[in-house]
Amino acid sequence: NVVPTPVKINLINMLSETGLQVIEATSFVSPKWVPQMADHTEVMQGINKLPGISYPVLTPNLKGFQAAVAAGAKEVSIFGAASELFTKKNINCTIEESLERFDEVMKAAREASIPVRGYVSCVLGCPYEGKISAAKVAEVSKKMYSMGCYEISLGDTIGVGTPGSMKEMLTVVMKEVPVGALAVHCHDTYGQALANILVALQMGVSVVDASVAGLGGCPYAQGASGNVATEDLVYMLNGLGIHTGVDLQKLMDTGTFICNALNRKTNSKVSQASCRL
Amino acid sequence: MADHKEVMRGIKRHPGVQYPVLTPNLQGFHSAIAAGATEVSVFGAASESFSKMNINCSIEESIEKFEEVTKSARNMNIPVRGYVSCALGCPYEGNVIPDKVAEVSKRLYSMGCYEISLGDTIGVGTPGSMKKMLEAVMKEIPLSALAVHCHDTYGQALANILTAIQMGVAVVDSSVAGLGGCPYARGATGNVATEDVIYMLNGLGINTGVNLYAVMEAGNFICTALNKKTNSKVAQASFNTGTSN
Repeated sequence: NVVPTPVKINLINMLSETGLQVIEATSFVSPKWVPQMADHTEVMQGINKLPGISYPVLTPNLKGFQAAVAAGAKEVSIFGAASELFTKKNINCTIEESLERFDEVMKAAREASIPVRGYVSCVLGCPYEGKISAAKVAEVSKKMYSMGCYEISLGDTIGVGTPGSMKEMLTVVMKEVPVGALAVHCHDTYGQALANILVALQMGVSVVDASVAGLGGCPYAQGASGNVATEDLVYMLNGLGIHTGVDLQKLMDTGTFICNALNRKTNSKVSQASCRL
Repeated sequence: MADHKEVMRGIKRHPGVQYPVLTPNLQGFHSAIAAGATEVSVFGAASESFSKMNINCSIEESIEKFEEVTKSARNMNIPVRGYVSCALGCPYEGNVIPDKVAEVSKRLYSMGCYEISLGDTIGVGTPGSMKKMLEAVMKEIPLSALAVHCHDTYGQALANILTAIQMGVAVVDSSVAGLGGCPYARGATGNVATEDVIYMLNGLGINTGVNLYAVMEAGNFICTALNKKTNSKVAQASFNTGTSN
């Protein structure tokens, strides 16, 4: 059961109206591995690209990068992991090999003046390895940063992190990568996401990944269920007096749209609460 | 709650565990004592409208009623805990001024409550408003006498609790499986789940002495009995993966 392309395009178009400035649009991965993303070119070419908004796409290798650029992408993302086992299961190679593959993408991106964002998965725990050392996260992050990624998004892929482990991990990573180049990508599987994000903000991180209605998990991390909901994040940032420029009502409307289209309940508590009142 | 006596007399009381009960007035207090209670709680609100709707009198009138309770309790050496509702927002009045919360808290504390539990009754608070409110209250009440009671209606509970802990609060109220709301606060749904709080405290290296699995079992029991889904994400995650981390 794949989400129809027009629904994806409408979702992104609606998000473009909320004030969000970066919307990850799709992933140029092989349709063989992730059939849900097979329409990446169509999506990229179908969305309204508003000025001032960036629409990065995932590119796992040079082939994906070239297809992305041909489809009009102006920013791409690459991804590694702080866990060998996770890398093997997710993209079928070692961390070292995956970074070598990205060398080609980095070179091509540099030549085409395309900014590249780097993701590190499993920064606070791995579904296969369990505990992950902060030093390993720092090592992979540093590698990706020196390869030319302008920003490193640190992902708690299965949501097992807590404010304790977030603080410890960031302390070590910040020794290798400037905080201005760091972002956090927290999953809410154990309900810890907002508390973890708060800690990251307190430590100086100012870029946070989220997903409208808290949709999305990872097909390779069993049990992983759900990014943190953008609505709930924005609610917290508003309460902290941080100006995000995001219109929470429009965001909730977008969440309502996609949940109806997917016939799913929203994972956003703010959205649920607003419906009731 | 009509079976309060039966419950109080029926439970097994473990040594070292406290079983406080809510007592809205002197009559309730006497019944509680007769039924074997050894600690009671009184509750006020930082909002006049909420007080009127919840217990049908003004804040001042409610405090006068509680004074009767705290006086009797003092005579009998029964500790009294004080709750302040709507500490971060009211379903009727909207915004609640931190100084008002401090004022009501101070009244309850000077009446003899050993601890004041500050409640975000409808869960609208955020780390921003939690910090402001605690700063105001901490001017009037010692930190060691403060507790927070956060609702997770807007998903902010754990972030708010973390903020409180960072400011030195060391007592946190929660509910197994995140059950419970307030019949008088429309839209209020759910205390923060004890399982999720424990998970966070464990991760912070704080020794709670609580067995997370035992709490999850209790949560599983009550949800099954109520035919309800748990509100605890930790419980849900453990169920999904088939393992408990």
